[in-house]
Amino acid sequence: MAVKVRIPTPLMKLTDNQAEVTAEGSTISEILNHLESQFNGIKERICEENGSPRRFINVYLNEEDIRFLDGERTAVKDGDEISIIPAIAGGTGAR
Amino acid sequence: MIDFTDEQIERYSRHIILPEVGGQGQQKMLEARVLLLGAGGLGSPAAYYLAAAGIGNLGIIDFDRVDLSNLQRQIIHSTKRIGMLKTESAKKTIQDLNPDVKVTLYNEKLDSKNIMKLIDEYDYIVDGSDNFPTRYLINDACVMTGKTIIHGSIYRFEGQVTVFKPGDGPCYRCLYPEPPPPGMVPNCQEGGVLGVLAGVIGNLQVVEVLKLILGIGKPLIGGLLIYDALNTEFRKLKLRKDVDCPVCGESPTIKELVDYEEFCGLPR
Repeated sequence: MAVKVRIPTPLMKLTDNQAEVTAEGSTISEILNHLESQFNGIKERICEENGSPRRFINVYLNEEDIRFLDGERTAVKDGDEISIIPAIAGGTGAR
Repeated sequence: MIDFTDEQIERYSRHIILPEVGGQGQQKMLEARVLLLGAGGLGSPAAYYLAAAGIGNLGIIDFDRVDLSNLQRQIIHSTKRIGMLKTESAKKTIQDLNPDVKVTLYNEKLDSKNIMKLIDEYDYIVDGSDNFPTRYLINDACVMTGKTIIHGSIYRFEGQVTVFKPGDGPCYRCLYPEPPPPGMVPNCQEGGVLGVLAGVIGNLQVVEVLKLILGIGKPLIGGLLIYDALNTEFRKLKLRKDVDCPVCGESPTIKELVDYEEFCGLPR
């Protein structure tokens, strides 16, 4: 199963500046592992040691947060789109 | 009873002729009370257009002064006003644009002690804050008081907008239960931002404020709008209320305001 993964700007350093990459797997967890095999270090940025996304990063399957699906065990199918959305704080840029 | 002056009828004519706005809608805007957190990147365009629209009561919180490096995006200020308090500079611009707007300035830093008093006078809070402690503080205070936050954030070529309306949708902690540890995510000026992105996102926040005040359309509650400037793409993701949310969930664990330590700008 090949899906498109949207990489957020802060993690693009790890994907050679690609905002969109392809990964394979039948669950979110497998997708994240395949992502790691292509881009060393990326999984650690997204997930805790137990494999679930860090609390300041959300993973979406299409337009739905996987926390409200089956978490990392959520099944994915061909053509799905996964988005990784970290908390960002840039706003006023006051200082 | 709508009692516009001739000048107001002319000034707001392009609003008044919209059936969705009309005289009554314009009256609602003139009576509305909106608080801006920051007169910086997002706050500048937001304050400017809110003032143009005739939002009658605008509060602005900022303790910073205008700096040359702000002017690439903070269009409510000007080169002449470098060194001036941002609140004062914003007020001058707003008053030149629209004398109908009553502007109240707060040259303060938000904390758990002053926030409740500050938000009390307002119905809508436009969050353009650039740091996590403020973002969580305002979220919790608004959940506790039932005020609506119009949230925006920008980073490099990307921006996000959403509306947090207590009771009707999720809050910021439903998305991210607690602030990230220092150094794990970018904040402040790290990495830069395409200046105009502040205008796009700040003005999308204004659109949402106006819709909420007018009670028209479908406000961005429970939806996260993401703008990718490089690929010219808008995406909308669903945001859901988390029953286990520590502040707005079924059994909240956060019942008092928390002052998180500000880590922006600290050496790593």
